[in-house]
Amino acid sequence: MADTVADTAPAPAPAAPRAPRPGPRLSAAVRENIAGWLFVAPVVVILGLFLLLPILMAMWVSLTDWNGQGSPFRPGVPFVGTENYTRLFTEDGLARQDFMTSIRNNFYYVAIVVPAQTVLALGLALIVNSRMLKGKTFFRAAFFFPSVTSSVAISVVFLFIFANSGAVTSLLKVFGIDGPQWFSDSRGVLHLLLGGLGLADPDNPPAALTDGGPFGLSWWEWLSGPSVAMCTIIMLVVWTTSGTFMLMFLAALQDIPVTLEEAGMLDGAGRRQRFRHITLPLLKPTLFLVLTLGLIATWQVFDQVYVMSQGNPAKTTLTPAFLSYQTAFRSFEYGSGTAISFVLFAIIVVLALLQRWIMRDRDPARRTRRS
Amino acid sequence: MKRRDSRSLASTFAGYFVLVFFALVFLYPFVIQVANSFKTEPDAAADALSPVPHPFSTSGYEKVFLNTDLPLWLGNSVLVTILVTAGRVLLCSMAGYALARIRFRGRKALFSAVIGVMAVPPVVLFVPKFLVLNQFGLYDSYTALVLPLIVDAAGVFIMKQFFESVPVSVEEAARIDGAGVWRTFWSVVLPMARPALITLTIISFQGSWNEFAHTLVAVQSPELFTLPRGIADLVSGSLGKGTQYPLKLGAAVLATIPVAVIFVVFQRYFVRGANEGAEKG
Repeated sequence: MADTVADTAPAPAPAAPRAPRPGPRLSAAVRENIAGWLFVAPVVVILGLFLLLPILMAMWVSLTDWNGQGSPFRPGVPFVGTENYTRLFTEDGLARQDFMTSIRNNFYYVAIVVPAQTVLALGLALIVNSRMLKGKTFFRAAFFFPSVTSSVAISVVFLFIFANSGAVTSLLKVFGIDGPQWFSDSRGVLHLLLGGLGLADPDNPPAALTDGGPFGLSWWEWLSGPSVAMCTIIMLVVWTTSGTFMLMFLAALQDIPVTLEEAGMLDGAGRRQRFRHITLPLLKPTLFLVLTLGLIATWQVFDQVYVMSQGNPAKTTLTPAFLSYQTAFRSFEYGSGTAISFVLFAIIVVLALLQRWIMRDRDPARRTRRS
Repeated sequence: MKRRDSRSLASTFAGYFVLVFFALVFLYPFVIQVANSFKTEPDAAADALSPVPHPFSTSGYEKVFLNTDLPLWLGNSVLVTILVTAGRVLLCSMAGYALARIRFRGRKALFSAVIGVMAVPPVVLFVPKFLVLNQFGLYDSYTALVLPLIVDAAGVFIMKQFFESVPVSVEEAARIDGAGVWRTFWSVVLPMARPALITLTIISFQGSWNEFAHTLVAVQSPELFTLPRGIADLVSGSLGKGTQYPLKLGAAVLATIPVAVIFVVFQRYFVRGANEGAEKG
């Protein structure tokens, strides 16, 4: 009986009708306040210490030339203002060149990984979800397994698979293809493609493209595409992350009522039409979620670069995350390293907001059209 | 009608073909990993694709146990994983419970802050985290390895969602019986939260066992290396000279086994964890 009463009662006002007791007892509201803050205290303290405080400290350090000796707050640390930031964008030099190279590399990486993993995840989810096939649990587990394993361990495996005498090279040989020397090949794929089509000679690129370009890199360098070495990291990441996104699509697919599919069938819609007009619109929120999560994650690629390439060959696998680490911990330029972190942060935030804006722009339009 | 049957048969066949092909693509690298860890070095170099070691050899494992610090890394990994997992499960469920059920001032603002924290990309915090650890004199210690990881905003979120889905009635009955907030939480609510706790335990275990980047900014002494850090050092450091693939793959196998076992046993919790992580977005 108590159950039914409690279920219908509004959630707030716990234990309100309590008889006042003698003695110096705190009121119920005050006790709730104290208990609440005690319960969240550890989380608040640790997130504050290792999340909020680091950001504030890093903001200061990014304005200095601190070299890691002593505290960054001691009086002798040189204050350089926004120089660590401007050096990345406006000053001609190694810092800008490396940074822009890392942006270029990561851009191509994102441009391939995000669509590839999304399409693969959706395709696998659709097949696994199809009612005619058995062994769903096994296949789901098989596709998902790579995403739960250690990024470091799996990078070691891919290092071996793509080694010069490795599995991929032997596999290509079976088909009569002479594979590239994956990890030492810094040639850009787009350059190779342009060369293959006879549009430009990679060994002797057109002067119009090499003469100038934005932010210290020539147009030719911007147009390199991912290097062959970067492609191995791309394959690894698509392979590891597709499983997670497949699960998200699968969960969304299972939420689609079967009756809807059947109604479409009765209306004489073919499989393709049903996918286009019933399944896809219902998957849209998941699709945007997968794209957003993918976009955020791909701009942070680090572990694989650290284990597999350290930014080599010829800096073609350098990413902003790795460059930030390298600048701070290898060159001891902590100011510069933190500045790169913040620029990366800004890139991720801007892209996430941009994507949200695109998504918001389209949704109302669709809704009004329908009504 | 007959045509239709043969068409659906063909599409079933095509469906299985695609599934089996991708299952091979997704699983064969692990077969290669395990098989080659039991090969001799020349064999691994000559025939990397073959799933059968010829001859079978455990010298890769012998070397990795005797010539590297792997036993030490293993010990550190176990220690860090246990502490981080235990800490996360306890602290995240406490905070999740408070945010879901206890009506204290600032609750809404705090929850927004937790959501905001989840949005900060971890890579961005790399160098900043080092700055704080360094400033407090914690850099290069077990505390630095464990403490920053012991709380996870996503875990708080998962637990809050769970506690909100539990009917209030049970707690209220306990409260009316005179149990305090802590008693209600510990002996009434938490035992009911088993599925959510298992999910959180598994995500935390997997996350902390695999954690690599944090160790780079938290410690530098080889005595404090965890397994991923040690393996990364093995591959890119001085020991990485020469190929030594059976040894490296053996170390990678050892790093993969615990998560693989847990995955096989608790698969549905993994699936749930992945999808709950998605809902926060």
